[in-house]
Amino acid sequence: MKAAKKSGRHGVTTYRRKRWVDSGEGIVHKKLKVIRVKGSRKPPVKGAGPRPLPRGQRPQKPWKPQPFGVYKGEFGRIEATRLLNRAGFGPSPGQAEKLARLGMKKAVLSLTRPKGKSSLIGKEPVDQDGLPLAPADAWGHDHLWWLDRMVRTNQPFAERMALVFHDWFATSNASVSQQQQMIDQYWTIKSHVNGSFDEMLLDVTKDPAMLQWLDGGSNNKWSPNENYAREMMELFTLGADRGAYTEDDIREAARALTGWTYDWDDDLGSINFRYEPDDHDDDPKVVFGKRGNWEWQDACRLAVEHKLHPSFFVEKLWSYFVPEPPSKSTKQALISLYVKGGRKIRPVVEAILMHPDFYRGAAMVKPPAVYAASLMRSLKLTITADDWIWLCSSAGQQLFYPPNVAGWDDERWLDTSTVKARWLMVTVALDTIRQDAWDEDKPYGTTENTRQALNRALETFGWPPLRSEHQKELITMSNRIHGRITDEWQESPYRALRQNALLQLIAVSPDMQLS
Amino acid sequence: MNQTRCCSNYTRSQLLREAAAQAGSGLPQIESGMPDPAGTGLTRRRFLAGASGLALAIYGASKLPISLFEEGIANAAQSDRVIVSIFLDGGADAMSLLAPTGHPRYYDLRPNLAIGPDAGTAFTEDPSLRWHPAAAGLSQLHSEGKVTVLPAIGYDSPNQSHFTSRHFWEVGELDTNGTTGWMGRYLDLVGSETNPLQGLSLTGTLSPALATANNPVAAVDGITDYSLWSWVDEPISDEMFRSFKRMGQFTSDSPALKQSRRAISSTNSVRETLESFDEFTSPVEYPDAQLGMQLSGLAALLGAGMPLHCVSVDADGSYDTHSDQATEFESGIKATCDSVLAFQRDLEARGLQDRVLIEMWSEFGRRPEENGSAGTDHGAAGTAFIIGSKASGQMVGEFPGLTNLDEDDNLRHTSDFRSMYCSLLEQWLGQDAGPIIPGAAKLVRPQLVRV
Repeated sequence: MKAAKKSGRHGVTTYRRKRWVDSGEGIVHKKLKVIRVKGSRKPPVKGAGPRPLPRGQRPQKPWKPQPFGVYKGEFGRIEATRLLNRAGFGPSPGQAEKLARLGMKKAVLSLTRPKGKSSLIGKEPVDQDGLPLAPADAWGHDHLWWLDRMVRTNQPFAERMALVFHDWFATSNASVSQQQQMIDQYWTIKSHVNGSFDEMLLDVTKDPAMLQWLDGGSNNKWSPNENYAREMMELFTLGADRGAYTEDDIREAARALTGWTYDWDDDLGSINFRYEPDDHDDDPKVVFGKRGNWEWQDACRLAVEHKLHPSFFVEKLWSYFVPEPPSKSTKQALISLYVKGGRKIRPVVEAILMHPDFYRGAAMVKPPAVYAASLMRSLKLTITADDWIWLCSSAGQQLFYPPNVAGWDDERWLDTSTVKARWLMVTVALDTIRQDAWDEDKPYGTTENTRQALNRALETFGWPPLRSEHQKELITMSNRIHGRITDEWQESPYRALRQNALLQLIAVSPDMQLS
Repeated sequence: MNQTRCCSNYTRSQLLREAAAQAGSGLPQIESGMPDPAGTGLTRRRFLAGASGLALAIYGASKLPISLFEEGIANAAQSDRVIVSIFLDGGADAMSLLAPTGHPRYYDLRPNLAIGPDAGTAFTEDPSLRWHPAAAGLSQLHSEGKVTVLPAIGYDSPNQSHFTSRHFWEVGELDTNGTTGWMGRYLDLVGSETNPLQGLSLTGTLSPALATANNPVAAVDGITDYSLWSWVDEPISDEMFRSFKRMGQFTSDSPALKQSRRAISSTNSVRETLESFDEFTSPVEYPDAQLGMQLSGLAALLGAGMPLHCVSVDADGSYDTHSDQATEFESGIKATCDSVLAFQRDLEARGLQDRVLIEMWSEFGRRPEENGSAGTDHGAAGTAFIIGSKASGQMVGEFPGLTNLDEDDNLRHTSDFRSMYCSLLEQWLGQDAGPIIPGAAKLVRPQLVRV
């Protein structure tokens, strides 16, 4: 940045130059500023100089669930980062600032209703040996394949919604045992995330992976299998112990759901998924007190038309985005939005993403896959190793392998074993980015001071908003490490190790673990 | 931590240094409307059984300093009697464990899943039943008089939701609002304010049956290699871990931040303590199974005189066998029964056999009639076992037969799980069940313990 000089009167020279301005909430940008300098004295520094540390994030104030409404407060980098973390997979460098400039509503809509084609940006993922992934065949590559989509997509919202409903209709390849069928189910779910829940439920009901997972494909009039009917009511549409259904409703709905079947081939596994009218129980059934010769579609329809379904739906959906339950008024408004909108999913999500509770309410723990994807996005990395299978699995979330039909248990996402796995994710992610402290051909600089070191590390991650106490602690650590330099030979390697320590701690800090 | 330890010797004086704090605030509600598992909302703190290398998560008594727990464990009297709850998750098929091969309808109801009339071993107390071949470990112990069988245990108006029925068993009453476990209430009544080992879950997380209202209980994590590897070498890594630890200690403005800090803090403490740890040795060989591994650790803890009282652990296998039941069931039951047999032999080798009773249970049994997927759907009455040298060895309640099923075509129960709890409390733990099991006065007391 070149300072422009203006001729001045009375021996005062006016320079226009840029400087860094922290406008609060951690947004730092360059601004033109007029500086007057007396006489011929030159301004000490031309240009903006090194970027100062952003102001740390302050503690959140206690927050009570608000009535239904649209968030009106400040929408800066911190809010935009939360939006990207919860409705996507975290910001890529600079993305939060860009989104913040749109304002809240436009920012939300730019995610939920993106323009243009969806595409994957950057290098195709490869495995340990540099070979392309084989998501249908190689063990764990299904997980890598989806994780890669989370990392590289230009439309993260749909990908995140697919993850939400993968958890909602939790199906595991542990019992399906055909990765292609799991991937097909992913596409089925994803095709409906902007549509209606009715249609998603219908398509999931007859989805081959689901037909095996909850035995819908072995449910016929001679020997009905209740598994799907029960979980559809208990976990997918109505909820247990709310008085929504009885054991008889489950049995009758199971009869309505009869007819789906498939064949087994010793080489190909399960194939030829189809509806066999002969397998269907044609006698009348009574479901939720309604009598009729119900078909499988009716079983789904009766569940979503049940008066206790909308409240179950909105509360469950809300819980994926906001940790505290909604206020009564919010719940009511969301229910009416859902019902009047013909049970469309997206308008309800948009209302949640614009709600004051979303921005000012408490933090949430990022699911392990989201943490992994956001880490790679912030570092502009793509998958180049199989490690991301066991890393995510030990952190508690291997995609396509939820622990049971109730989905992942997010209370178990941070304990001593999963935090260790998250730590190792960072170690693996930093492999190509970290400094080699002992490379004599490319020694690390010997003049970097504490603040410069932290600046450099923050820049590597695209300036994530850190809490102020963490920022201070990192400066303290940097100083302590500086104090360890007592010999000339340590000047370079200790600074390199300091940089690595800063990168490690920024990435494992609660700021990056939470959203 | 540079202190040296004698790792094969679990003495209490070597117990534990403070590790950090909690990693969660209770168990989640799985779906809206489902009962909260007992113990939801209990805070969790962690510390380490240094000698054993066991990382403990402590629940309850959250206001007490960790140092009091160390003292509490060190000073607690060695518990006289221990109860170990083994849970078969998913609703284990009672009619496979003890197959009613002598009942004519069995082969009609189970055309694919029935075991042959000569498979396994005969159940001597009721010749119409046979032990599944995979349950040979249990059959062996039964022949030694060390297993009390409850062939059809359940309760009135059986609930067929996994989560709700399991909840009833955990809280010891038919109440979806129960927040304390049946063993937890026992520990609240007679337990210590400072000994979290009195209620120990071996599954790494709080077991709802152990959830207390006041007294502390604990969960133990496995023993693992616990190095936090990074691109930072010593001595700079010391500074890094110092700051990592600090990140776990700042104040928190939200439950998630608190959870994150506590997890960081615990993780760092586990790292510090487990840097050098040797594994314990067992006097007997255990099968290669999760349960075996956990029970071998339990036997070692008991052998070291740890003040354990109520212990909870999950069986191997998953028993929600709606399809292709045979293989899944067989592998789970085999791993489980073999582990239990090894544990009993371990206790016998250590001379502890008269101090430990196992209660093995599942949230319900499965439908007598198999479904079209070579599996079975959720049923009602199931089976439970009391195992140990002090078990009465006398069957409680009869097998109800297959001709008189309930209105849902499920097995009728001939014993009630709450009765079983009352007997365990009174005959084994020497505690009046009245204040612990609601409605205890009206429940019968089957003889479960050898007199």
